[in-house]
Amino acid sequence: MESQVRKAVYTRTKTLNGNVLGFCPGCMHGTVFKIIGELLEEMNIEQDAACVLGIGCCGLAQEAVAYDVTTAPHGRACAVATGVKKANPDTFVFTYQGDGDLASIGLAETMHAANRGENVTIIFINNGIYGMTGGQMAPTTLNGMKSTTTPNGRNPEEHGSPMHMCEILNQLEAPIYLDRVSCNTPRNVIKTRKALKKAFQNQIDGRGFSMIEIVTSCPTNWGASPLKCLDFMEERMFAEFPLGVVRDRQEEE
Amino acid sequence: MMKRVFMKGTEAIAESAVRSGLRFYAGYPITPQNEIPEYLARRLPEVDGKFVQGESELASVNMVYGAGSTGTRSMTSSASTGISLKSEGISYCATARIPMVYINMQRGGPGVGTIHPAQQDYNQATKASGNGGFRMIVMAPATVQEAVDMTYDAFDLAQRDRNPVLILGDGMLAAMMEPVVLPEMRTEKEVQQLKEEQKEWALIGHAHEEKKSFIVPGYWSVEDQEKLCIENNAMYQRWEEEDTDVEELYLDDAEIVLVAFGMAARITKSSMEILRQEGHKVGMIRPKRISPFPKKAFDNIDYSNLKAILDVEMSIPAQMVYDVELAVKQRGRIETYLRSGGEIVRREEIIQSVHALIGEEK
Repeated sequence: MESQVRKAVYTRTKTLNGNVLGFCPGCMHGTVFKIIGELLEEMNIEQDAACVLGIGCCGLAQEAVAYDVTTAPHGRACAVATGVKKANPDTFVFTYQGDGDLASIGLAETMHAANRGENVTIIFINNGIYGMTGGQMAPTTLNGMKSTTTPNGRNPEEHGSPMHMCEILNQLEAPIYLDRVSCNTPRNVIKTRKALKKAFQNQIDGRGFSMIEIVTSCPTNWGASPLKCLDFMEERMFAEFPLGVVRDRQEEE
Repeated sequence: MMKRVFMKGTEAIAESAVRSGLRFYAGYPITPQNEIPEYLARRLPEVDGKFVQGESELASVNMVYGAGSTGTRSMTSSASTGISLKSEGISYCATARIPMVYINMQRGGPGVGTIHPAQQDYNQATKASGNGGFRMIVMAPATVQEAVDMTYDAFDLAQRDRNPVLILGDGMLAAMMEPVVLPEMRTEKEVQQLKEEQKEWALIGHAHEEKKSFIVPGYWSVEDQEKLCIENNAMYQRWEEEDTDVEELYLDDAEIVLVAFGMAARITKSSMEILRQEGHKVGMIRPKRISPFPKKAFDNIDYSNLKAILDVEMSIPAQMVYDVELAVKQRGRIETYLRSGGEIVRREEIIQSVHALIGEEK
């Protein structure tokens, strides 16, 4: 009988060091870090990578990634990324930020890094709530959605309506790629992978600022099971945050 | 003979920084330090450095957090109320152990205050430049020449310690023009070498087999966080032994010892000279670095001769006086002469204060 040569067709990405990521079950952060890691390997840029984490749940990845990492002060990831990239242009720089970090406290840094067209990649996780601090209202919380600081639901007359960061950045001249994706289905995970790959390639090619907004869930603070959260995303989140490319300068060319 | 040039404090500091190896600057406009960013906007591109006008003080200090993380010599600057905005980033740099230099050209405070010279940020500079009780070496130049020399050294100390270093000036130093000898321009090769030395920990990307760069302003584990605080504290203690910088004058015979730093010290020193010409036994302690505070200099006072120590500050309330009290350890009487709000200490008023102290004794 012939000896069987076994070939590994799938392995865990070596860019995660085995430490516990620490995310709640079903929240999709883990999926995104897996995609990031696989792309860093596939595109052969792991050795050049510097990850700038925001403050919030994303910080849980600090001790679990096997590439260069720093954590920025809350909201300042785009400014830190600007500094890293300008000082060392050969480094591949990406931020990983939640909605509170990027769209609330860090709005100015996000807008201005985008407006300058910094050659960095912004990964924006939008789950419509503050996760780490226990479920307070985010700038992306849906109207009517309950949070610990909007116990009767977000009231647009009092709290304003959800902010659409891809569309807001689309008002600026410089960004070259703004895309909104999700990880709620295998099909959408594949689309997220493609979007991130494109954004990464943009930076490698020196094309400028890309932001990928990934709509995700927060079972813990939405107070629903992961599966129920998937339904909520289809029914409500995508209605407010429609998936798809908002700007792709490369396609327009 | 070294070439002397006539330069404004802000611009001389900026040029000295470039000569020391500065290759990244980010800042936000605020009076009285605007010539620093303006000068560097022109100068840095000449040496292939990067200048960014940040959208705010917050953004600027965090750009420096990022650039400093790569081992690139990086700096920001501001004034008083702008420094308050930077304090979060400074605390993060001190915790993540990122070398950086920043300049505070103090104005009259608190609040937005006035745009005129003051020393109202002493406590902030030496005790709490952000949350968490971290410390920094804080240099307090009294002349443009000293500002230039201190700035040049500040980058070396920042790199040595992987910690922020603060140059604490004021609106007078910023605006004043004086002849200075500029330090030697480091060659591009030397600047590259200085960056190279930090490659191991720098946030520039590392091969999978190498130790990755891990630049974090805090830990999830309480053990790790405490370990960091203990390590940092050991460095602060080492500074107390090895890194004080002070000018001591006539402490052997002094009946009155004047204590002042920065621009106030310059005026105080000339007052001392007049008083000595009058025949009064007046000495002086001038901390050139206000952190670590030169406590030991106060052991060199002959307390059997001493009538009083006069603490001179451009701050009301007095701030340095508490460090003086700790150093004097109740061995002598301490009085203050203070101006504030942008009013500069006056030589005649210092002299009057000393006369009054001596007169009381008669």
